[in-house]
Amino acid sequence: MFLQQIASGLALGCVYALIALGFVLIYKATEVVNFAQGEFMMLGAFVALSLMTGAKLPFFLTIFLAVMIMGVFGMVLERMVMRRLVGEPIFALVMFTIGLSIFLRSIAGMVWSTDTFKFPTVFGKSFTQIGSVTISSMDILVVSITAALVIILYLFFKFTDIGIAMEATSQNQFASFLMGISVERVFNLIWAISAMVAAVAGILLAPILFIHKDMGFIGLKAFPAAVLGGFGSIPGAIVGGLIIGLSENLAGVFLPAWVKDVFAYIILIAVLMVRPEGIFGIQEKKRV
Amino acid sequence: MRFKLKKSYVEDLRLFEYRSSLMWYLALLAFLAVFPFFAGTYWVYNFMLAGIYSIVALGLNILTGYTGQISLGHAAFYAIGAYTTGFLTTKLGCTFWLALPLAGMAAALIGLIVGIPALRLTGIYLAIATMGFAFIIDQVILEWKYVTNGTNGLIVDRPTLGPISFNSDQAYYYVILLFVVLFVWITKNFERSPTGRAFIAVRDSEVAAQTMGISLAKVKTTAFAISAFYTGFAGGLFAPLINFIGPDNFSIMESINFIVIIIVGGIGSVHGSIFGAIFMTFLSEIIRLGKDVLPEAMQRMVGFQGAVYGLILMAFILFEPLGLYGRWLKIRFLFEVFPLYRRDTFRKKRKFYRSERSR
Repeated sequence: MFLQQIASGLALGCVYALIALGFVLIYKATEVVNFAQGEFMMLGAFVALSLMTGAKLPFFLTIFLAVMIMGVFGMVLERMVMRRLVGEPIFALVMFTIGLSIFLRSIAGMVWSTDTFKFPTVFGKSFTQIGSVTISSMDILVVSITAALVIILYLFFKFTDIGIAMEATSQNQFASFLMGISVERVFNLIWAISAMVAAVAGILLAPILFIHKDMGFIGLKAFPAAVLGGFGSIPGAIVGGLIIGLSENLAGVFLPAWVKDVFAYIILIAVLMVRPEGIFGIQEKKRV
Repeated sequence: MRFKLKKSYVEDLRLFEYRSSLMWYLALLAFLAVFPFFAGTYWVYNFMLAGIYSIVALGLNILTGYTGQISLGHAAFYAIGAYTTGFLTTKLGCTFWLALPLAGMAAALIGLIVGIPALRLTGIYLAIATMGFAFIIDQVILEWKYVTNGTNGLIVDRPTLGPISFNSDQAYYYVILLFVVLFVWITKNFERSPTGRAFIAVRDSEVAAQTMGISLAKVKTTAFAISAFYTGFAGGLFAPLINFIGPDNFSIMESINFIVIIIVGGIGSVHGSIFGAIFMTFLSEIIRLGKDVLPEAMQRMVGFQGAVYGLILMAFILFEPLGLYGRWLKIRFLFEVFPLYRRDTFRKKRKFYRSERSR
């Protein structure tokens, strides 16, 4: 029972981790906290659903196309809207992305109706037995895709020119601008990458939960994950997501049922009180 | 053109800048006093709602507008106020007039408790922490059935005062009007008091405020407590207004709605709070008017209202960051300096870079 909960907690944690990763990528580079990340995920899932059931495309092509479409969406959004908001106070940015999330949710409701959809699973209901633990193949897929994505992102930020430019921008925007890095392009790409990660998260979450216009609310649960790991740290987002996913599932077993839903926030407040910079975070000093 | 020659500092602190503005406000008050006699119940009801939202917006403005602290969890204080009134009047048989200030106090106490950990947090962390707090309070409302009746909610009656019953909308309207005027007056005075100025100083620069001898800890916790008091009080008025309170009334969307009110109205001003509250209360009305213009297929769509709501929020932040009150000030300025107005006076200064990281 205990190991079983850990196994399913791990899969849920991976999805939290991917959403948190989306927050962190944008926050690191642009200092914008995107409250619409959960809605990006929802859009990704809906686009994939339409491609799969409407256009009847094969599974992997669907994933590829949905991720690309969301990438373009992120790029367009950055270019058309977010760029106008550079230099605005945090409060305005937070509220803007909240407005964006409300807008996207309503639009999704108009386009795909407010019904609940089920994502056609490609792997059927196959299970793997390891000792006393039964793991569904979907969970394995979720964990392995997350791991692969993290490795790809790690290599990207470590070895490609544009990746290193992004890293530099997130450390000091002004200095990297002076060094000839196109900060605008970096911002543009980071929004695209973040939207793509969100699309992957959405596609992975779709079989676990259902696809619904309000599924983006789960994005709010990824905040504790991002904060726990230290807002602005990529490994932190992954570890934070896993910890939140695991502890939430375990809280469901050992604590009264109602605690499960808010356990992530209890952890969040505890972390913020004890160590606001999170596990991997660096204390940011405010400039006078 | 109109010139105001100020000869002493006291003139700067006057409640009404011109004698004529006092007249205008008295006229507005007289209009509001006779309003229920000729308006229908629908309008009276919505004005009451706008009044309650005004009080919340005033409170939120003290925290966000004056002190510069973000709160995404004000619905929690609102809920605490509403449930305190509901619990005290229905289950303990306490009179509404005692329960109402107690509702404010209860919220203020919780606000104080939230304010203390919030001292260490700024910006986005504070926003997320207050959001988490609101989610936890939400869950407590669902589970603490002895006080809240869980999902069944509480039925709260309108108050009576001796022989007078405030059961009808028209009568309860005056209760709310009284408190709105009272809170506006308090806020207006607070804004000009040393404490209020200390709050504004903290918003503009924490370090500068500290060097002037202002205690950050004291200001921030008081701001939370005062803001929670306003919101709790408004919650206390809200419960008898709609007669029934359940967990659905106090979701995260309500917290967001409060912030939208102050953004649309204008952050950090009393006028803005009122403008925003009225605008957002009658938003559905305004949307309905606009719907006639649009094609029929669009009118029937489910999420139409939500989409407009989101668009309005985004548009205000993009194009009118000072809100409706800012627009009103600009128009007034145009008339005051009439022949000399230049189009670029209020042009938004484009910023290209902002960072809170010092590395």
